[in-house]
Amino acid sequence: MNDDKQFLAKIEEDIANCMKCGNCMEVCPIYKELQNESAVARGKLALIEAVLTGNAEISQGFEKRMAMCVSCKACAAKCPCGVKADELILRGREAAVKARGLHPIKKAVFSLLKNRVMFDLSLRMAGLFGPLQMKKLPGRFAVVARFPMPGLDRRRVLAPFAATPLRSQVPETIKVANPKMKVAFFTGCTINYVYTDIGQALLNVLQENDVEVTLPPMQHCCGTPVYMSGDTELAKVFARHNIETFERADADYIVAACGSCAEAFKIEYPEIFHDDPAMRERAEKLAAKTFEISEFLVDVVKFRQDNLGEVNATVTMHDPCHMARGIKVTDQPRKILNAIPGVKFVEMKNPDRCCGAGGSFSLANYDISRKINDRKVADIASTHADIVATSCGSCRMHINDGLVQNGKPQDVLHTVQLLDKAYKAGKQS
Amino acid sequence: MQNHLIEAFNQLVGAEHVLTSKEDLRCYSYDATPGFSHMPDVVIAPGTTEEVSKVLALANNEKIPVYPRGSGTNLSAGTVPMQGGIVLLMTRFDKIIEIDAANLVATVEPGVIVADFNNAVAQFGLLYPPDPGTVATATLGGTVSENAGGLRGLKYGVSKHYIMGLEIVLADGRIIQTGGKNVKDVAGYDLTKLFTGSEGTLGVITKVTVKLVPAPEASKAMLAIFSDLDNAGKAISAIIANKIIPATLEIMDNATIRTVEDYAKVGLPIDAEAVLLIEVDGILAVVEKEAAKVIEVLQANHADAIQVAKDPAERDKLWAARRAALPALAKLRPTTFVEDATVPRSKVPDMIRAVKQTAAKYNVTIGTFGHAGDGNLHPTIVCDIRDAAEMERVQQAMDEIFATAISLGGTLSGEHGIGLGKLKYMEDQFGTAGISAMQAIKKALDPNCIMNPGKLVGEC
Repeated sequence: MNDDKQFLAKIEEDIANCMKCGNCMEVCPIYKELQNESAVARGKLALIEAVLTGNAEISQGFEKRMAMCVSCKACAAKCPCGVKADELILRGREAAVKARGLHPIKKAVFSLLKNRVMFDLSLRMAGLFGPLQMKKLPGRFAVVARFPMPGLDRRRVLAPFAATPLRSQVPETIKVANPKMKVAFFTGCTINYVYTDIGQALLNVLQENDVEVTLPPMQHCCGTPVYMSGDTELAKVFARHNIETFERADADYIVAACGSCAEAFKIEYPEIFHDDPAMRERAEKLAAKTFEISEFLVDVVKFRQDNLGEVNATVTMHDPCHMARGIKVTDQPRKILNAIPGVKFVEMKNPDRCCGAGGSFSLANYDISRKINDRKVADIASTHADIVATSCGSCRMHINDGLVQNGKPQDVLHTVQLLDKAYKAGKQS
Repeated sequence: MQNHLIEAFNQLVGAEHVLTSKEDLRCYSYDATPGFSHMPDVVIAPGTTEEVSKVLALANNEKIPVYPRGSGTNLSAGTVPMQGGIVLLMTRFDKIIEIDAANLVATVEPGVIVADFNNAVAQFGLLYPPDPGTVATATLGGTVSENAGGLRGLKYGVSKHYIMGLEIVLADGRIIQTGGKNVKDVAGYDLTKLFTGSEGTLGVITKVTVKLVPAPEASKAMLAIFSDLDNAGKAISAIIANKIIPATLEIMDNATIRTVEDYAKVGLPIDAEAVLLIEVDGILAVVEKEAAKVIEVLQANHADAIQVAKDPAERDKLWAARRAALPALAKLRPTTFVEDATVPRSKVPDMIRAVKQTAAKYNVTIGTFGHAGDGNLHPTIVCDIRDAAEMERVQQAMDEIFATAISLGGTLSGEHGIGLGKLKYMEDQFGTAGISAMQAIKKALDPNCIMNPGKLVGEC
């Protein structure tokens, strides 16, 4: 058995547990669009099984099929046998990277991503020169490309890069008069470089609740995009860097405002070091004190509700995959919305169905991402809500794109932005 | 497969609907049945009846095997392409053509998912009753071809009771219509019934006309625990003898109860010999009256405990135990064989006891649960297909289970079909004359034996 197969052999037992019932077909957003068995978990696991039994090679076709997954975890949640297909597909990607190397575009992007200083500089440049390439859409926090750019579908509505990243807009530590605790804010790339408004809202809300916040300046991308692409060794570099950075911050808690970023600290880092007991222990220590912001406000801070003003809007909610099935936080954001006077909350159909973004998946497969998202937009539209609340920058961007493409009026905001509005309204009244 | 044939199929249905890469073929080499796998030469997904007709005509001329397939969720290896050839993927036939509330019928393409169809008719206050465990994934065409049943079989019957007409492409590509919207229709042989449950061995279904029923306005669920299996058996018979036909009348044996409790902690006593889940449905007043009667019967037959659902949340709780049966058993070991040996209702306790003895005799793990009301049990064997010695014992246990079912006046299959899994027992049930009568039908309609060859009636 060669090395690639030996690597996969570790998951042989897990693969054998798939009884091929096909229940994953019900919930797989990609299968729904493609109607091709290789798109669904059962097919992908059959391909891995074929490699293990020597009936197939880790071919380009194998790599392509493993890539065709938004990692929404719906299959794993549905599986009657408890098979975590999403993780096994990542192992399939990892095997493909080991056997065939990374895709050249990903290789280039990741080598930039690896270098924190260069990465920071590039995205600052994107913020400064973005308006030359991107045209702002009226009335929205959104832009479209002025001319064709490689790797980007021209129809696609994005959000502008911030002229100044969040962590340069605010001091490293934001003091409050009588701090009841100190938290370290893991901003994640989307909030630092694009949706700084979410980051600002989070800082305001924590200030309202007498929480001192520090934003460790050396923090870097969580590494999830790299991990999801199957480059586990590189993902470990990101994980180790962030673990060291946040250990130094020495805060009571770590908060993130994104399901995937929180999941990186809470679940991925301990897992990624499963065969390195010392690192694993350090990762677990941080994991235990990491919270997504809604979870933190409801379960830990017990956020102030006596000074909330009215926000008159009908709001619906999209549960990001990594909130719903990753860190399993769905009640807390609803509790926040329901606490805001004036908010009329309406549940949409299938709120936790994937919006189709899937991180870099939507860059490589925009057409499929768009189709998945069109279903989400239809579910949003039928609620007649004014605002869609969600807890992920990537979902926010992709849903906003869908709403524009489908000519729908709704705005997309992070749950914490609505809470921020309510605190502000409370001050005005 | 030769390139010129692939090219010809590309011409017929469009190259994007013809799959030939090794990876895609691998993904159509299996269905939900353990132990059967074979690569097809090509996967073709036609979009119209005419395209199906042309593909079959060409396949028939060239004598290429054709395996019709929906979602591939069947448990009889019915869609595995054991001789290579063509997997004919019918999922593009995904339109509900008409819901005719005045005539209580609907016309549907075979690739529609059963649950999607039921959601559509629910808007008219109607119901399509067949509900196999895979309603959320299975295609209507697949359930018609396998004559699927489900949890409502006792009161509502199975697929064959609802199929009124079909559009079929015969093996040589000719297109025929059978039946229609008429409640009474005795013209000609009943080809609708013949093709329903024919497992893709006679032709390809391209359109289905089904009967619908008014959806029941109310239902009531009850759970009864028995420390004595015979009392559970007597209760089942007594409910029916009291002229109550529950929509659901399910049983779980002790092995299943233990496994479910261990996995889901739903509060079942692990020494109970049987649990019955009963649900009556219909008009509210009738439901209340029937539920009261069922409780009376359960008490008279010494149920150790009875729980009655007062609201939908409590109903969900009662159903949780039954819903957990298959997942809980499946999680015990890598491989799961869900069988569907069926016996007359009165023989259910005998069958459950016999399965238990078989499991002990061959040292295999079997949990039995299923549709006690219609005698359709699911002895579920969990094992590891990679362990040859264990599989030998599993095979012997299976042989004995099916022999027992037949000796009790039962049948090999209540709802999963024969396919390949149970082919070797067919002669035990039908005798040589019975099998050759079936083979004669197969040969008359498919002289080149291209349709799902080797399945249901064997080689011909």
